[in-house]
Amino acid sequence: MNATIPLRLRTALNAPVHPVLTRRGWIAFIVAAYVLFVLVPSAHLLLPANHPMHLSEYFVTLTGKIMCYAIVALAMDLIWGYAGILSLGHGLFFALGGYAMGMYLMRSIGGEGVYHSDLPDFMVFLDWKTYPWYWSFTDHFAYAAALVVLVPGVLAFVFGYFAFRSRIKGVYFSIITQALTYAFMLLFFRNDTGFGGNNGFTDFKRILGFPITAPSTRVALFAATGVAMLGALVLCRWIVQSKVGRVLTAIRDAESRVMFIGYNPLYYKLAVWTLSAVLCGIAGALYVPQVGIINPGEMSPANSIEIAIWVAVGGRGSLVGAILGAFLVNGAKSWFTQAFPEFWLFFLGLIFIVVTLFLPRGVVGLFSRKRS
Amino acid sequence: MSETMHSAVDTGVANAAQIGMRLAGPAVDTTHGPILYLEGITVSFDGFRALDDLSLTIEDGELRCIIGPNGAGKTTMMDVITGKTRPDAGTAFFGQTIDLSTLTEAEIAHAGIGRKFQKPTVFEQHSVFENLELAMKTDKRVRGTLSARFSSTDLDRIAETLALIQLGNSADRAAGLLSHGQKQWLEIGMLLMQEPRLLLLDEPVAGMTDDETMRTAELCQTLAGRHSVIVVEHDMDFIAKIARKVTVLHEGSVLAEGPMDVVQADPRVIEVYLGR
Repeated sequence: MNATIPLRLRTALNAPVHPVLTRRGWIAFIVAAYVLFVLVPSAHLLLPANHPMHLSEYFVTLTGKIMCYAIVALAMDLIWGYAGILSLGHGLFFALGGYAMGMYLMRSIGGEGVYHSDLPDFMVFLDWKTYPWYWSFTDHFAYAAALVVLVPGVLAFVFGYFAFRSRIKGVYFSIITQALTYAFMLLFFRNDTGFGGNNGFTDFKRILGFPITAPSTRVALFAATGVAMLGALVLCRWIVQSKVGRVLTAIRDAESRVMFIGYNPLYYKLAVWTLSAVLCGIAGALYVPQVGIINPGEMSPANSIEIAIWVAVGGRGSLVGAILGAFLVNGAKSWFTQAFPEFWLFFLGLIFIVVTLFLPRGVVGLFSRKRS
Repeated sequence: MSETMHSAVDTGVANAAQIGMRLAGPAVDTTHGPILYLEGITVSFDGFRALDDLSLTIEDGELRCIIGPNGAGKTTMMDVITGKTRPDAGTAFFGQTIDLSTLTEAEIAHAGIGRKFQKPTVFEQHSVFENLELAMKTDKRVRGTLSARFSSTDLDRIAETLALIQLGNSADRAAGLLSHGQKQWLEIGMLLMQEPRLLLLDEPVAGMTDDETMRTAELCQTLAGRHSVIVVEHDMDFIAKIARKVTVLHEGSVLAEGPMDVVQADPRVIEVYLGR
């Protein structure tokens, strides 16, 4: 080709740079890390309770909880904002990660339950004498941690393989994921499924030997959640800034064209879908010890829809917007459900309508006006 | 083709499919001249025969124009070549050895057949540069793509293609902002980045201005020889400018074939197409 094109016609090209984070991004990242790992822990642990700068247990737990939601929102943005696949079943992966961690926490209670049995109270109540096979080894933290990743990951991989191979997309995919989480919710509501029925798991005593409600444990869980959230952000940024990210947005915009230039969208969708589910599982595992309960209500269809609203409010396809949306909506929720409990769902609906009509690119769209 | 050769081809193709998208697709064997053989291709949709026993041979490096009235089967023929539609009967071979009916759309693209669609479909949100980057012939599996970096050869190839399609000054623009004609060229550029042996251009000058049409004609002539090119077009002025050999399709099979002036003088062609 060289020979046939006059040199003067050739344009000088520089390799485009796609940094994981920009300079400003790294500064914001370091500030966020400082706040999460230094300021909040010391304001909670070191300052006396009557000090004006003291951060209450309520604040730390709430923020930790919302950071778990923010990880889910990141996972949702990766699959929805970039690959264009709207999942309305991400609450399922979150809950499965939570249940895997919950099994470990239940076994850590030891004989301190109401019935002073080695078995969890709900199993005593069902008159079960031994653990079912799928509870094997869950008294080991490392095994439970592996389940946190593997159960949502394998389920998402198998489900995704068949769904994407059959080229199910758009609203059909959303409805199937919604049905999937609903089916699992019904399954987990049953007592003989072996996960505590509609009460789920609660009354945890300790994690890795540390008392679970102690302030230092709380702060450690808070910090671990912070690490997971910032780590998930960097991981997701790395993916979307790589060529894979550009293939994903190309699949979102014109999938058949992507196939004709030689990519197989199945594996791209499957990889990012599975990663998204694993991130949700990790978020769920961090959520359960901080909140102290996991029950099948987490798998309700409404929960999964709410995840999509966080991302829509914050702004699709920007990652930071997903975190922002999770904080804004859940912050508003915790205030609203105390002040006007019966109006929260109306307000949530209103937010969604307003954002859809007036802020199609979400709250982050307000800040970045460039790129038409 | 003998039975033994068939089975050898089949295993080769199956291996390629298992490995996924290999860096080097199966080599196209054009030692006997032709790069594409269609033989007795029949495609029916609900009883309607879109292609009826169609046979067509394209030589390596040839520029072939295909014309025919609406419903003659031009687009269906492209669909069969690119694997979008499977023929009910007949064989489609790319070179001597690659049986197109056993490959998926992505594998066919990888083997070296590039298609430009009637409606230009570029990635509108991506820049012109990124459109070419995505199309570039390289390892297209997930892991290879995740760690993809630009080599200077890659940049040279993109720069050359940009120059060829005359979009050198628009490399950073979002493809959605290009004019209709520029989008068509970008799409041709994306095809070229895949280094195809055979290019299928479906109505490349539809909706173009006269000036753009003339420049596209020059581009097509530059491409011929380096690639084999099949052009499907309604615009007779354009065909007359670039045509070497013309094939007229009618009701799913070949009505006439030959140089433009011979075909134009054929009474059957005049009756079904040109005369109207």
